Amino acid sequence: MTLTPLTLGSSASESQTAQRPDALGRFGKFGGKYVPETLMPALSELEAAFYQYRNDPEFQQELQGLLKDYVGRATPLYFAERLTQHFARPDGTGAQIYLKREDLNHTGAHKINNALGQVLLAKRMGKRRIIAETGAGQHGVATATVCARFGLECIIYMGVHDMDRQALNVFRMRLMGAEVRPVAAGTGTLKDATSEAIRDWVTNVETTHYILGSVAGPHPYPMIVRDFQAVIGQETRSQCQEKWGGLPDILLACVGGGSNAMGLFHEFIEEAHVRMIGIEAAGEGADSEKHAATLTRGRVGVLHGAMSYLLQDQDGQVIEPYSISAGLDYPGVGPEHSFLKDSGRAEYYSITDRQALEGLQQLSRLEGIIPALETAHAIAYLEVLCPQLEGSPRIVINCSGRGDKDVQTVIKALDMMPEQS
Amino acid sequence: MVSVSGCMDALRDRGQCALIPFITAGDPDLETTAKALELLDRSGADLIELGVPYSDPLADGPVIQAAATRALERGTRLEDILAMLKNLSPRLKSPIILFTYYNPILNRGIEAFLQDIAAAGVSGLVVPDLPLEEVEGLLQVATQVGIEIILLVAPTSPKARIEAIAQHSQGFIYLVSVTGVTGIRTEIQSRVQDLLTELHGVTDKPIGVGFGISQASQAKQVREWGADAVIVGSAFVKRLAEGSPDQGLQAIETFCRSLKAAVTES
Repeated sequence: MTLTPLTLGSSASESQTAQRPDALGRFGKFGGKYVPETLMPALSELEAAFYQYRNDPEFQQELQGLLKDYVGRATPLYFAERLTQHFARPDGTGAQIYLKREDLNHTGAHKINNALGQVLLAKRMGKRRIIAETGAGQHGVATATVCARFGLECIIYMGVHDMDRQALNVFRMRLMGAEVRPVAAGTGTLKDATSEAIRDWVTNVETTHYILGSVAGPHPYPMIVRDFQAVIGQETRSQCQEKWGGLPDILLACVGGGSNAMGLFHEFIEEAHVRMIGIEAAGEGADSEKHAATLTRGRVGVLHGAMSYLLQDQDGQVIEPYSISAGLDYPGVGPEHSFLKDSGRAEYYSITDRQALEGLQQLSRLEGIIPALETAHAIAYLEVLCPQLEGSPRIVINCSGRGDKDVQTVIKALDMMPEQS
Repeated sequence: MVSVSGCMDALRDRGQCALIPFITAGDPDLETTAKALELLDRSGADLIELGVPYSDPLADGPVIQAAATRALERGTRLEDILAMLKNLSPRLKSPIILFTYYNPILNRGIEAFLQDIAAAGVSGLVVPDLPLEEVEGLLQVATQVGIEIILLVAPTSPKARIEAIAQHSQGFIYLVSVTGVTGIRTEIQSRVQDLLTELHGVTDKPIGVGFGISQASQAKQVREWGADAVIVGSAFVKRLAEGSPDQGLQAIETFCRSLKAAVTES
């Protein structure tokens, strides 16, 4: 028997939503702080700084000013006319597809929204040394960028395998004065880079701020990163209002750790009629052994400080994930996504390497926009989603990053050479 | 089976500082691990910490990380570690403290995990990624099963946290001597002395110092600063991994004896 008065109904659940995460950093049972004791005071300090500054007018003025003049926000909400035509039915109905153009941000992805917010926090906390992990290199580039902008020491941990497939981003980071430290442990990808960044932070915590790049890790990171990325959804809401005077019907985004998806979803979580769909990387197939479909295939576990869905073997050892996209091959996922999945508020599906490559080519040919391989997973899901839809619902896809960094990978994957001119 | 606190209390009554060597289970193989445990047990160890290899050991430095990776590559599984311990532990005088990250515990289920390790003869448990805020669920069951949960205090822990951790820790309090991960370091920070003084001021429980202690002189220093136990990990793991298993075993025996001499008042 529950003693909760039924009359409180929806308003009670709304206020619970507004308070996620709770004081312990929990989204339901997910989240928390599973870190060595050494880091606990730093996490408390970061949480206190975030609460102090997020509503501070001077902080907000600096952040908003830089988002506008340095990052180039607001990013457009673009009506993808030919993509829409491609999925139109003979009777003219079909999904109306819009792209939230995060790929047009300075540095080419949504990652800079968070990196900028966190570097402003670090500055106020008096931390002059910045560390970060990176997979595809977009978060590393964003962090190197804001460190250059503020004259801070910057060390980026990156798996050796990722350094190889994202050589362009390694060069960009170094060009901006960051030190890129190769991580050879494990498979040399994002998971291993994150572990190494945490080890650095445990060692240098008194002088260093760790700019974690996704809505993952221990509390308060999933909250902080979400809130700095929430600008994506906030702009989307007002742009939808301008364009058709309403809300979007469906939100679609790729999910590795899940920061671009949370950034788009957060604003709409309490809008029960807005469908939210996250797309994970199925690699060579979610039924194969080579994938990164954490929410689809994982079990609840603890990695990098948070309880969430996790790809793990029968002994609880973390499984090395796989995806053609260096930004999606993470064995964990942000705890709030696990919560949204279990509560049924968001849906999660997966897309294979092959499908993502098709999505990348489709958007390139139909719209003249080359998306990142990560983003291409969300694009590719249209092939599955659109035939299921009735009428002409409006879909907003987070076009989270541009694909320049991926062309070498794509060339290799498509087994084709660039055209001679 | 002797409890961790029983062992620590007995040593303290005799005015002795405990030596706690650490090795990684399954490196180079479980057969060698079993031999190493027996050898350490009769070469001066008072308690022994046994690391369960984990895929993502984020509190460990390069030496123990590499050992865990090798152990996992050889197919070392918790099942096999527990089977080995069940067989061996009745012959050991030193209580065994298992060192494991949280996910393998969660994966097995907290209750099943604690019951299984207790049945294998384990006395204590250290979980480096489970701070005070997250430990409650584990503490409750552990008390019923008779496993003592040893909590860690770090140089960065504020006084209020130190007091709370000291209050909940069982067996002893594990003082992390460095702001950092496990590993071999050339000197022990002098603030360990202040931390020991501060800790002794808030608790009567014994205090073990670990992370970064790799030489007999450092062990002696920490004992003189007031530690009730000295924990040495990477320096054992490194020695055991060098050369053949027999050479490794010989090296840790010599090393264990030298450490025991260093922590024994003369």
